[in-house]
Amino acid sequence: MSAPTLASFDATAAWQLSEQVSLRDESFGALAYHHGNRRLVFLKSRELVEVVRALSGHESARATVAALVPELQRSNYEAALASLAVSDVLNVR
Amino acid sequence: MSADVTLRDRFERGLAAPICLTWELTYACNLACTHCLSSSGRRDPKELTTPEALGLIDEIAAMQIFYINIGGGEPMIRSDFFQIIEHAVDRHVGVKFSTNGTRIDPVVARRLAAMDYLDIQISIDGADAATSDKIRGLGTYDQARRAMDNLKDANFGQFKISVVMTRDSVEQLDAFEELARGYGAELRLTRLRPSGRGVDVWDQLHPTRQQNRDLYYWLLDRPNVLTGDSFFHLSALGTPLDGLNLCGAGRVVCLIDPVGNVYACPFVIHDEFLAGNIRAAGFDAVWTNSELFRSLREPGNPGACGSCGSYDACRGGCMAAKFFTGLELTDPDPECVFGHGETALAAKRVEIRPTPSPDHSRRTKVILGTR
Ligand code: SF4
Ligand code: SF4
Repeated sequence: MSAPTLASFDATAAWQLSEQVSLRDESFGALAYHHGNRRLVFLKSRELVEVVRALSGHESARATVAALVPELQRSNYEAALASLAVSDVLNVR
Repeated sequence: MSADVTLRDRFERGLAAPICLTWELTYACNLACTHCLSSSGRRDPKELTTPEALGLIDEIAAMQIFYINIGGGEPMIRSDFFQIIEHAVDRHVGVKFSTNGTRIDPVVARRLAAMDYLDIQISIDGADAATSDKIRGLGTYDQARRAMDNLKDANFGQFKISVVMTRDSVEQLDAFEELARGYGAELRLTRLRPSGRGVDVWDQLHPTRQQNRDLYYWLLDRPNVLTGDSFFHLSALGTPLDGLNLCGAGRVVCLIDPVGNVYACPFVIHDEFLAGNIRAAGFDAVWTNSELFRSLREPGNPGACGSCGSYDACRGGCMAAKFFTGLELTDPDPECVFGHGETALAAKRVEIRPTPSPDHSRRTKVILGTR
């Protein structure tokens, strides 16, 4: 499956952290490493890391964000998830 | 990989574990390159044993260090080389290893091709035998090319061709690009630092100011050429090169040497930058608690560079390059693009250069056989 583009990210789909990705907590958030394409990605807030970890427990990305993030910030978080999907850190489960 | 300024500030304060951990498996080497950063040659009798090496990998996996850079010496000389890298891959620790290629015959190439999470870097120092062998020894260029052929024939996939930029090799950039393209390989260019035996040849071999400028513009046009963040001191020329653009020593980067000593980076194998040994309480304890690393994670003194308009891009350059040319760590990089490093060097009335410790060079010159 090819990764989505930023615009085509489907927040209503069920996403998860890719099995190919390791996540390491850091003071600023986390580092994600994709063992397949060997890219390093920086997650720049702890809240975002929490959302990413919670993805697999909710029916969709949007539902995850709704459960964890105050309303005003939700679109920012969806955009952050979209860029993680683009870099293959997330995939549809 | 690029990072914004706030993230870079975080990095300068250190991470829970290194991103770029180099582990040199052995000081033993069958070659004797004139610029060897680790002064390798003879095996150190106190080298980590196989159980110690496997235990270290378990700790690396527990610290969630995503991959390790394995080097030496020539790492493939260790008889437990495959055991070590297979153990790492089994623990989901990716392996990138640097080799002179002499041990990669067709059988070994097939074994390597069968493994996942493995990156190989084959080192050459010129795009032709004459240029490369001048540094690495007679016959070594052909041996490296044979290793590349063997990897290609074994369908290893994309490997890396790694070149240190010297006054000679920097004139062959297009030829390296061509060579890599022919193999479907990635090209990786790194900076010559005056480390290890490199201290003896740096004056004659490091690129001139004009060559460094040309290199910078060549790299800007080719974001796909890997540099291991080597040339951030050249970012002072304008648009920053791709990378973190900071000296990661002890913050993002570190070295474990063959006897378990932990240094701030692979290019500062010297007592002054020794943080501890993993044999005492493990690697994590050294990484987290060493006084040296803690001090490196404090905001540094920009010294003479503080008033430079390009400080944000260049950060005063490479600590190792300053240290081994006898400069203060607050001086500009000896290759400062504005020539301030050369001025600082010239201003030293007496030149006192630290010599690398330890030195594992062979005492007699090696005669290379052809196979
Ligand atoms: S003066 Fe210092 S910061 Fe400025 S370019 Fe030279 S080395 Fe870099
Ligand atoms: S000392 Fe030089 S080689 Fe080592 S991490 Fe710093 S900039 Fe890189």
